[in-house]
Order: sequence, then C-alpha cells, then structure tokens
Amino acid sequence: MVKINININNKAYSEEVGDNTLLVELLRDKLGLTGTHVGCDTSQCGACVIHVDGDSVKSCTVLAAQVHGKDLTTVEGLASEGQLHPIQKSFQNNHALQCGFCTPGLVMSAVDLLKKNSSPSEDEIREWFEGHICRCTGYKNIIKAVQEAITQ
Amino acid sequence: MYNFRYHKAETIETARSLIAQSDDPKILAGGHTLIPTLKQRLSQPSDIIDISSIDELKMITLGDGFVTIGALCTHSDISNSPDIKKNIKGLADLAKQIGDPQVRHKGTIGGSVANADPAADYPAAVLALDGEITTSAENHKATNFFVDMFETSLDSDEIITGIRLKIPNSSTYKKFRNPASGYAMVGVFMARYDNDVKIAVTGASSSAYRMLDVEDSLKSNFNNDIMADVDIDTTNFNDDIHASAKYRGVILKVLLEEAILELK
Repeated sequence: MVKINININNKAYSEEVGDNTLLVELLRDKLGLTGTHVGCDTSQCGACVIHVDGDSVKSCTVLAAQVHGKDLTTVEGLASEGQLHPIQKSFQNNHALQCGFCTPGLVMSAVDLLKKNSSPSEDEIREWFEGHICRCTGYKNIIKAVQEAITQ
Repeated sequence: MYNFRYHKAETIETARSLIAQSDDPKILAGGHTLIPTLKQRLSQPSDIIDISSIDELKMITLGDGFVTIGALCTHSDISNSPDIKKNIKGLADLAKQIGDPQVRHKGTIGGSVANADPAADYPAAVLALDGEITTSAENHKATNFFVDMFETSLDSDEIITGIRLKIPNSSTYKKFRNPASGYAMVGVFMARYDNDVKIAVTGASSSAYRMLDVEDSLKSNFNNDIMADVDIDTTNFNDDIHASAKYRGVILKVLLEEAILELK
C-alpha cells in the first residue's frame, strides 16, 4: 500500500492505495466520484479524462500512487453553488450528448482546451477531441457546444 | 495487472539505488506505454520506480548549436516549447502528432526513446538530428543506440536523463499514420545542415535507421529529381496486418519526396 495526499475539487484527501491501483479506480470505487467514467480502459476513449495539476489526462492510465501531492479536478468539481460550468451549460443547450457516457471526459477536455486556447478554430476543437470516442452524437453538436462556449 | 511494489524516486541517485535493490524493476516516466503493458499482463516487474517527480529532467536547454531535452519532457512540452518550435520545427511537429492531447500531457521523450517501439516517432528525429542519449551512466550516440525491435544499448540499470540534438538549418517530419493507432506505418525525419543532410526512417522495419544512400544523393543535389533513381530495399521491412512491406516501400518513397519538396 502507498499513502498519498491529494487535493480533489479543492478538498484534501489522505488515502492508502494499492501499489497497482489506477487513479480512476481510486476516484470511482473508493471515493465515490463516479462522474468519471471508464469506457475502454485502454486510453483510447477519453471517458475518464480529469485534470491533474491543470492538464487534462486519462485517469485510466495513471496509477493512484503517481498523483501524490497533486491537485485534481473531476467533473464533479466544475459546477459551483448549483450553477453549471459554462461548458456544461453549452453542452446542455446544444444537445451535445445522447447517452451521456462519454460526456464527463469531453467536458473536462473542453474546459482544458478553452483554458489553453480561448478561441480555437473548428479544426483545433476536432483535433483536441482526437482521444475521445462518442458513439451517439456524430460529434456535430459537441463541436457546436464548444463553439458556443467560446463566445461566452 | 500483476502486483508490484511502487516506489517514488525524488532523485536519480535514489532511483539507481532502488533499481539495484530490486529483482526485476521497471522505470515509470509518463507511463503511457508501461501502464497499458502492465494492464495487459505483458510485463510482470517486481518493482515500479516512478521517476516522474525528478524536476531536473524536465528542462529544455539551448546552447552551442544544440538543444538538450530532459528525459521527462512530455510530448506536449516539446510541441509547445518556443525554443523547439524556433530551432527544430520538425521535432515540434513530430511531438504534436503523437497520440492525442491527453496522452501528450503524460508521455515523455525519454520513455519513448527507451522503449524503442519500431513504430515510435522520436527515434527517427533522434537519429536524423545527430542525437546523443545521455544517461545516468554514459552518453550513447543515437547511431549505436537503437539496436532492434524494443531493444536499445541501455544497460538494465541505466536511466535516460536527456536527449541532445544538433540544431539543423531546417527540418521536417513526414508521417503516414496508422488510422487506428496513430502510430507511424512509416515516418521520415529529414534535417538539413551546412553541406549535409540527414534522414532517418521509423515504422518501416524492426528499428529506426538512417538512409545514407539518399543522404549522399541529396548532399550533391538537394532536389526531388533524385528520387527517380532511388530504389527502396524492402527486404527487411515489416510485413503485417497494417501494411505489406511493398506498400511501406511505396509510402516511404512518397514521404521522402514530400520532405525534399518542403525543405528545398
């Protein structure tokens, strides 16, 4: 077991984790933060994307022990005081989801994109989502949602 | 995943002594090849030594016509580095074509070079940029480093600390991506220096290699005309479900021509 101290959504956690426990397993199974999903478990689908020290990463391909001392944000940490984050709101406005399974990861990636590039072109948005798979929407409304969020 | 013991090494010295104390250790940098390999139970190390918090391996430094990239620089660090974009544009473009943005936030150049995947992108750049791989023990010339598929001249207790690359006058990386994995079916890195050209190929065979014959032709005449006389020997090329050896040969010829046209 490895002892780790981490910050998730501005709350401090001190946890004992297995040496080979994945970060996404810690989040979902131990801490109950089930907004982060596991789609493929092979770092291809992007459903498990969260932020570690401000960068979007795939939490299925990180060991829990690796994030000792780091700041994490999961999809649960986006809304504040009952108000959706602007990206969440624009996903809702644009019907950018159908089954919603891939949505938490896409929303986390979109937040990271707009933090790093405040006015991405359509090509840049599509390129940024290369590591995400959505089987329902055909991506059209997801792109529209990000474009709407740019203007806000 | 099989069980292993996890250790975080805060210094290279600690990492080395942890390696010495372990039966079958593996070094974890970004983990974006190692962790998928562990998940598939393709590897069963006794100990995982996480070097990712050694900050001195995260620097990019410029000097005397060389760029030195710390082993723990991520693909994202490299593709966004103003120094790399300005001095070795081909390398910044290469790093941006690896995986996807989230993978690029974790995967490192040191990890990729140590792994020596025959379809990885960096080996082509390291060879064509007259690279030197600096480790905890010695310096390896890139030309002697990539031995075979997933095989390098690293000793089992050696840790890559940095990659030193000679700044070219101009450079480019041309890649034919596998549409599913994004790995290079064939990738060509071309660098131009004063009176010199260096070309290296990845993805085509069991490890990256220099194309000395084409380099020689281009040294005297940097023009795509020379391609008419280039005969690609595909005898040792990979021949698998992704592409036949012959097809890889055709792709290589096209990529070489594109690279020449860009740097002409």
